[in-house]
Amino acid sequence: MTGFDVVIIGAGVVGSAVARELSRYRVHAAVLEKELDVACGNSSRNTGMLHAGFTYKPGTLKAECAVEGNQEFDQVAKELEVPFRRTGKVVVGFTEHDRENLLKFKAVGEQNGVRGMRIIDKEELHRLDSSAGGEFAMYVPDSGILDPMQYTIALAENACQNGVEFYFGQEVVAIEREGEDYLVKTRKGEFRTRWVVNCAGMYAPEISEMLGYPHYPTKGFKGEYFILDKKAGKHLRIPVYPAPNDKGGFSTHATPTVDGNVLVGPDSYVTEGREDYAVTKEHLDGLIADGQKMFKHMKREYFIRNFAGIRWKRYDPETGEILDFLLEAEEDKPNTVNLVGIESPGITCALPLARRAVKILAEREQLAENPDFNPCRKGIRKYIEMTTEEKKAAIAENPDYGEVVCRCENVSRAEILQAIHNPLGVHTVTGIKNRTRATMGRCQGGYCETRITKMIEEELGISPEEVRYSRKDGYMFTGKVREEQ
Amino acid sequence: MVREFTCIMCPLGCDLRAEAGQGENEDEILVTGNTCRKGKEYAVQELTDPQRNIATSVLVFGGELPLASVRLTRAIPKERIFDVMAEIRKQRLTAPVKAGQIVIQDVLGLGSDVIVTKAVGKEL
Amino acid sequence: MRQTDVVIIGGGPAGLAAAVRLWEKGIRDILILEREHFLGGILRQCIHDGFGLTRFGETLSGPEYAARFIDQALEMGIPYMTDVTVIDISGDRKVTASSRDGILEIQAKAVVLTMGCRERTRGAISIPGQRPAGVYTAGVAQSYINLQNKMVGREVVILGSGDIGMIMARRMTLEGAHVQAVFEVQPYASGLPRNIEQCLNDYGIPLYLSHTVTEIKGTDRLEAVVVSEVDGRMQPVPGTEKEYPCDTLILSVGLIPENELSLSAGVVLDERSKGAVVDEYHQTSVPGIFAAGNVLQVHDLVDFVSMEAESLADSVVRYLTEGQLAECGLEVKTDGNVTHTIPQRISGSQDFKLSLRVRKPVRNALIRLSQGEKVILEKKMPKAIPAEMIQIPVKAEKLSREKDLEVSVVW
Repeated sequence: MTGFDVVIIGAGVVGSAVARELSRYRVHAAVLEKELDVACGNSSRNTGMLHAGFTYKPGTLKAECAVEGNQEFDQVAKELEVPFRRTGKVVVGFTEHDRENLLKFKAVGEQNGVRGMRIIDKEELHRLDSSAGGEFAMYVPDSGILDPMQYTIALAENACQNGVEFYFGQEVVAIEREGEDYLVKTRKGEFRTRWVVNCAGMYAPEISEMLGYPHYPTKGFKGEYFILDKKAGKHLRIPVYPAPNDKGGFSTHATPTVDGNVLVGPDSYVTEGREDYAVTKEHLDGLIADGQKMFKHMKREYFIRNFAGIRWKRYDPETGEILDFLLEAEEDKPNTVNLVGIESPGITCALPLARRAVKILAEREQLAENPDFNPCRKGIRKYIEMTTEEKKAAIAENPDYGEVVCRCENVSRAEILQAIHNPLGVHTVTGIKNRTRATMGRCQGGYCETRITKMIEEELGISPEEVRYSRKDGYMFTGKVREEQ
Repeated sequence: MVREFTCIMCPLGCDLRAEAGQGENEDEILVTGNTCRKGKEYAVQELTDPQRNIATSVLVFGGELPLASVRLTRAIPKERIFDVMAEIRKQRLTAPVKAGQIVIQDVLGLGSDVIVTKAVGKEL
Repeated sequence: MRQTDVVIIGGGPAGLAAAVRLWEKGIRDILILEREHFLGGILRQCIHDGFGLTRFGETLSGPEYAARFIDQALEMGIPYMTDVTVIDISGDRKVTASSRDGILEIQAKAVVLTMGCRERTRGAISIPGQRPAGVYTAGVAQSYINLQNKMVGREVVILGSGDIGMIMARRMTLEGAHVQAVFEVQPYASGLPRNIEQCLNDYGIPLYLSHTVTEIKGTDRLEAVVVSEVDGRMQPVPGTEKEYPCDTLILSVGLIPENELSLSAGVVLDERSKGAVVDEYHQTSVPGIFAAGNVLQVHDLVDFVSMEAESLADSVVRYLTEGQLAECGLEVKTDGNVTHTIPQRISGSQDFKLSLRVRKPVRNALIRLSQGEKVILEKKMPKAIPAEMIQIPVKAEKLSREKDLEVSVVW
């Protein structure tokens, strides 16, 4: 048993952001994550959009945090070395009804504090993106794109470097009050702590109940995606969204990624399964049809991969109304902070939410600042982004940079090694992938996966049977073809 | 007896038809559908005593690769494939290993040798 | 910057064959760049036999076939570098490569593209379901099993009847795995008939045509696949779903020529073959850049890869000595029954070998080459199948220099 001041449950983007903000103070904190890496749930299963905040109801926590999170992100991306581009966004319209909706959301955005939005004509729209459809559009200069996986990794690594401990494969099954402390029980052990912060994402209602709060009802809105080849990415410079429906929801759209790929999706349908991440033929076929309307380069030869994510929205069971993000810390549940129903735009809102959560905790405990806190985290330097001269210098300094392991994404051995020895101690194949982009190109690891698994075995001194693809029982190999004995 | 099968002698994959005991000589086998002599030989063989070659690997100690690939110098009766595999599985080589090197001579008395098909140098 | 007559990108069967032939023809200033630690390319993991019958008149395993060329290249002293990855080729034939020793920049007079191909993946064909471990392409499984001594699974289902998939069905059976079945979405097999016979039938592995995997199940490791029959438009037929518990799914659903570097040089690709558009010299749309082997078109046999590369080498020699090659102004056109041809452009003034594949199996096929009304030649085939690359030598004396060549299949 280990004693902590704070235990954060969940290493998604919110849990990692809370950990990072908490590490500004002198505290002994731990993050418990049931998976083997950060952002295995919906933190990585989204469009990677830094939302501006023009569709959220004024005065809500969602609206407040989105605008705050959006406007500070240049600084955040710089500190944490997060791949990010403030691309702006165009929301295109065709009909008068579309125009009314755009004007309505422009007004909402302005009320929320979104900057620089304006209605543009067809000519200006085409100047921004020649492949965009639509008669007119609302241009939102503050919207941006980021890599949500890298962002979560960066937050967690920064927290880790500033002293927060991360525990993976720790699924919380019970929380008990013992004197002034909580005893957080996982499938593998127990963690004694003074404070508990619930950042469990889709499982937040369950943790909420363990802490004595209600089991808040949430509804899962699942969406599926296509990832397209970088060859398709050459045709899309800026996110192009169709005009939102009357409730502010967007249908299928095409979004460029910071790496140059294109995401087509998500669609939206209700699911019951908390981790129902399977993609379905019905919905993929729908995405192909809808995607082709928005993005003419939605071709089969560009298909690289599919994924699905689920937005678990808190709702009022009586009216069915979707409710705001919930952040609470009630006195009768001492030393707890409860975050429930954090879904889209959770990436944009993560740090503002974390600050609010940590503020409660820091004030009640009168925490002292951590004098050694360093807000900056170094990412893995990417070979593919270097100029020829920079490559020469990097290889001269470290020959591993010259050895290209992933040929589609030009990822070097040096990057794979840094990823294998990441600060969080994540050792899965997908963990390496998400830190380097190796295997994420068009051949999907056909060339480099065999090399990466070998490097994991060699660097960590483990047997092939111990290598994990992504999850606890996701073994890659059943043994050797020829045993030595 | 009539049998039809696909010739495996070359990529053409002719559809062979072999008939036994149809001619004046009871032992004669009539083959049709073949393009070449090898096809006819294969059909006769297949009808009387089907044979196959196999390729697999042998463990190498101290090599730049963990395995050396091997094959048989001549085909063996089909039903003995797994017996021969069991024999090959027992073998251990030490690097350096040369291509053509015999791993098992006359495996199980079948008249075929197991030979290395890929050189494996010493681990550096 | 280093100057070299011929830079060969890739030391697999095509690159090696081109290098050896160039050397034989007196070209000495050659450099083979290979990204792996060994020469030989994909043949190193293809340990099964059946290679070399056409080229060498005997049947060899992949490593032995490769060694024939490697040994020759070493004996000749052909310059090569391994552990070097080419990262860029420019339109004016500047090759940039990366290795532990630094960045290598070479100005070549001629560049030979012999990078081979890659496997089509799960994502490319959008197989629905979850994303557990245990889904491998056939070539990746082959690499793990034959090169790294690692067994990928025990209870296996194979999707796609490509040759590598069938060869892995046999390979895994020999190593004690249980291969339940091979499912092919098309109504015919995509691999060679002999592999159905010796890799599947020999081991009692059923091949189901017009079937595909419609769902992948398992959160951590693969637990089962759902297989459905497909209709004439290759759409799953509701009600035909059958679940196969398994821990491994092997995909053998096609190969795609690996042309990312070709694109960086501005080489024009053919939408049908996914390789470069070439003329009868194997020269691409960029002068001085040539292509052969699986980077140009996916071959059925390595023997033809070598022979195509040898023919390319002859043209490169001509290019180097004459400075440029004659323009090939005639187009090779195809009807709907032909997937693609190589070359796509000809001059009409010299002999060449036409390669093509038929789109679907045809009995008693007639492959007809014509220019306008005039039939140049007809090749009769009792059985033409998509798995086989059909090759037809064409004599210059029969050709006109005026009209495009049309290739059609009739039956």
